[in-house]
Amino acid sequence: MTVLRLLGVSWWMQLKMRSRSAFDGFLSLLWPLFFATTIFLMFRAGNNAPRALLSAAVGSSVMGIWSATSTTASSALQQERRQGTLELLVATPAPFALVMAPLTLSMATVGAYSMVTTLLWGRFVFGIPLDIASPAAFVLGVLATVLAVGLLGFLLAVCSVRYRSAWSLGAQLELVVWLIGGFIIPVAAFPAWVHPLSWALAPTWGMNAIRAATFGDAWALDALMCLALGAVYAAVGTYLAHRLLRSARQHASLALS
Amino acid sequence: MSSLRLFFVGGLTSYKALFGWLSPWILVPTFLLGPLVQVLLFAYIGRTAGVGDDRFFLIGNAVQYAAIPCLFAMSNTIGGERQSQTLGLLLVTPARRIPLFLGRSLPVIVNGIGVTLVALLSGCLVLGVRLPRASLLPLLVVVTVSAFACTGLGLVAAAVALRVRETAVLVNVIFGLLLIFCGVNVPLSALPHWMASTAGWLPLTHGIAAARRLAVGAALPDVTGLLLQEAALGAAYVLAGLGLLRWFERESRRRATLELM
Repeated sequence: MTVLRLLGVSWWMQLKMRSRSAFDGFLSLLWPLFFATTIFLMFRAGNNAPRALLSAAVGSSVMGIWSATSTTASSALQQERRQGTLELLVATPAPFALVMAPLTLSMATVGAYSMVTTLLWGRFVFGIPLDIASPAAFVLGVLATVLAVGLLGFLLAVCSVRYRSAWSLGAQLELVVWLIGGFIIPVAAFPAWVHPLSWALAPTWGMNAIRAATFGDAWALDALMCLALGAVYAAVGTYLAHRLLRSARQHASLALS
Repeated sequence: MSSLRLFFVGGLTSYKALFGWLSPWILVPTFLLGPLVQVLLFAYIGRTAGVGDDRFFLIGNAVQYAAIPCLFAMSNTIGGERQSQTLGLLLVTPARRIPLFLGRSLPVIVNGIGVTLVALLSGCLVLGVRLPRASLLPLLVVVTVSAFACTGLGLVAAAVALRVRETAVLVNVIFGLLLIFCGVNVPLSALPHWMASTAGWLPLTHGIAAARRLAVGAALPDVTGLLLQEAALGAAYVLAGLGLLRWFERESRRRATLELM
């Protein structure tokens, strides 16, 4: 119960803080829209069938979930360090992983707002009908993706605790995952060596589940794979957080930036 | 002499002071990896959507990516001074403002050219696009003019950074607008009329169009008109930027808001 309360309260507090930030809130909604608009215009110029347009709209909207997480998660610990709150977070009696996970989950939640915004943008500005075949499965797929992306962000945040300029890598990872995550471009379009990289990404499976739900296909297995990969990220992130924090305490380098 | 020194030495010093940017940990992902990934992203989306060809997306995105240094570095030369509370010290000096601010733009233009060339080279290698040998030097000219024009817009953003706090958000928004409007991934003919008309007033639009023509075998004289339009727009943005800097500086002094964050 205490754990659930910690997760819930931290997530809600972080979400409120983020929604008041121009960079994490406003820009997280707007930034994917620029790319989505370009993609909608490209698909329209290519005279694509309504099914392809809907697929592009759904893919562009899910891109926002990752977009809201990648850069901010990479720089999350650096930001805490700069604010002087990292030591306080580490010193809390709660496990550090439980303190960090709601932080990145709140980023993915902002991404879900972005997803809705992009879908509405596609519907009302570009006239793309949102005929979702299985709305309930669609929502479940989105929830699984938000959770898994939040956990991927957690892993990213932990990995970058010693890397001062992690935001830069996170910003590039945003586009890399957009590229190979199957949001718009089918994974099969890439050379074979890229495929395992795509499959190791939870968003790829989440996107498959959401797209399958959109067209009424089987979606559950993809959603489960997405969640399973999220659990792996959480486990690896927790282990790394433990090791890295112990090292940072030993070397007295936690506050060094 | 003093103005020339201020222009070259002051500009270079200011650029070096963007050490947060010049770290290899930022420089490599941002200026080497970033442009290539953007080129690949849109080239593959283009294949999926059945529009354009790899050359189209390579040229458009490589030239547009110059906007990253031209907008971000330029606005940071002012925004950064403001954040680190050194803007007051800078503006209290008797230094002439034109060489002071224009000098800051020169290394940024060189940076923009470098980023575009890296994107073109790496994009050609990965996508297997071949550019005519004769087009390489003219392309360099086009890229230089485009980087200059975009830095002009960056100077406007730098001036606005005297007034607004969220310069990172502002510059990201400008970057996104350039991505949509300038014919980077969608031909101007496929854009709604009002968007195509607006694009004519933005930097990079004419530069990208000129670069695309060169990439299919046109000669430099064939794109002189486009180049002149791009250069004229750049000059207009530079003038607007200098004017706005002067105005905002005066207003900031009058309202004592120069270093308010």
